[in-house]
Amino acid sequence: MSEVVVVSTCNRVEFYVAAEQAAQGFGAVNEFLTTRLAEPPGSAFFQLPTAAAVRHLFRVVSGLDSMVLGETEILGQVKKAYAAASAGKTTAKHLNKFFQRAFNVAKDVRTNTNITRGSVSVGSAAVELAEKIFGKLSTCHVMILGAGEMSELTAGALSARGVKSIFVANRSYDRAVTLAEKMKGKAIHFEDWPREFHDVDILIGSTAAPHHVLTAAQLGPIMRTRPDRPLFCIDLAVPRDIEPAVNDIEGVYLYDIDALQARADQSMNVRKQELVICEQMIERHAVEFGEWLAGGWTQAGVRYSEAVSGGQS
Amino acid sequence: MDRLLLVIATFCFLFGFAYTMHALGARVYKASRLNFFAILTGFLCQTGFLYLRGHALGRCPLTSLFEVLVFLSWSTVLFYLLIGPTYRLSLLGAFTSPLAFLFLVAALLLAHDHAPIKTANPPNGWLELHAALSVVAYGAFALAFVAGVMYLAQEKQLKSHNIHSIFYHLPPIRDLAVANTRLIIVGFLLLTVGLGAGFGLGSIFTHSVVTAWAVGVWFLYGFILTAEWRHRISPRRVAWLSVAAFSVLLITLGGLNFITQKGGL
Repeated sequence: MSEVVVVSTCNRVEFYVAAEQAAQGFGAVNEFLTTRLAEPPGSAFFQLPTAAAVRHLFRVVSGLDSMVLGETEILGQVKKAYAAASAGKTTAKHLNKFFQRAFNVAKDVRTNTNITRGSVSVGSAAVELAEKIFGKLSTCHVMILGAGEMSELTAGALSARGVKSIFVANRSYDRAVTLAEKMKGKAIHFEDWPREFHDVDILIGSTAAPHHVLTAAQLGPIMRTRPDRPLFCIDLAVPRDIEPAVNDIEGVYLYDIDALQARADQSMNVRKQELVICEQMIERHAVEFGEWLAGGWTQAGVRYSEAVSGGQS
Repeated sequence: MDRLLLVIATFCFLFGFAYTMHALGARVYKASRLNFFAILTGFLCQTGFLYLRGHALGRCPLTSLFEVLVFLSWSTVLFYLLIGPTYRLSLLGAFTSPLAFLFLVAALLLAHDHAPIKTANPPNGWLELHAALSVVAYGAFALAFVAGVMYLAQEKQLKSHNIHSIFYHLPPIRDLAVANTRLIIVGFLLLTVGLGAGFGLGSIFTHSVVTAWAVGVWFLYGFILTAEWRHRISPRRVAWLSVAAFSVLLITLGGLNFITQKGGL
């Protein structure tokens, strides 16, 4: 075994190995795993020969092998793994070329297809829409009505984009305090939310109230005092917290959980439609890389015959 | 030679427009330097035309509707290039190029272009300033129109939840609202200075219909700004007013030329 890169993420461990003989490479990985694992590597592990391993890595870095199709985090993780291997001097000509090519493939796929387009979760769909309304979210004030799991996830996604402040109002004040601490926001008593509402840019409704907490009749006069400040309402509650008629008020954009889920589904469908194009691009790159690999061996005079990948998914 | 420059500019803007429409149709639009350089090349060709025409006339080339339309197209692209990298790389260029293209096509096909005759008397500098600043102001209003159209398109998608691929390339509506207002302010200030230059000299009164029209445009945009500041109308209404005001400006510009039969502002 001459070269190796280990990619380890929350749901995959993969060994990319360049060896003189395929059996030698597979054997070295198996031996390593046997000595390190409590149990011998079983069916969870698979081995891929050169051509399949090349396609596999190209698919992995492009986000096609991820649980969330088209996600981009994996590229950063593979880059880190490669940088660590490179720093440890466990890579040389073949794996260097292989990984550099893989990063180019990922860039090509992402730039020239819609595989990363849109948001595929409710939280990220809310963030995407908020950014299309406000641009940078660093000036936005967020108010959460009802400290539920969905509101926490959505507020967390907004908070990660650096919103200016978060107010949490809940019928149980203790739960409001707990969530506010998590979000680095401010807890307020539920009866006080209308008083704090005037400067809010994003409202998340997630209470268990059997009736509308916010109606068009309440919101209309408030919006007339702030015509140049849009309001993004996210209604995650069932039954709804926010009267649908508020969407008719100028400057108010209302999305309930069904609308956000539809956005996420629509984006996922777009990504799935792009799969064929992505696979074609990857196939073209894999063939080109295979040609380089064949030529490179001859020119280099090295008898490496297999680049192997052992993985667990 | 000068007309050839205009034809090249027209094709540059047509290319910019067609390229973007094709990319949007294929759903893989991304900001392209090629697109930007096509618009820049068109702008340089227009600049070349205006320089040559001005040199031949011995004054600012605003003596006919043909020249006014070319100058207006040039001013629109000028504001697009000045407005900053944030908007330049977004779809603003895609919306600007068809407008610049239409102005040039209208100039080349609809407006009569007579051979330039060098003025015998030295031009009146204040009158030149008045005319040039006024048309540059209309360029700002043209780009405000573009920002207004983009705002309304983005707002409609957000309200209706019916989101198309163009959604991903339009700037945030709050930014578009700010851009729209700023462009109206810039255009209004330029027009104020331009009118001031004309009134200050008194010579503007030789063209009473043109003066009345320019003052009418000034009041129209003054009304929009007043409505926004004093009555705090919503960005959506400002966008509608911006689109409507520039449409009125364009329609009356053609009518004005017909009435005066003299051309020139």
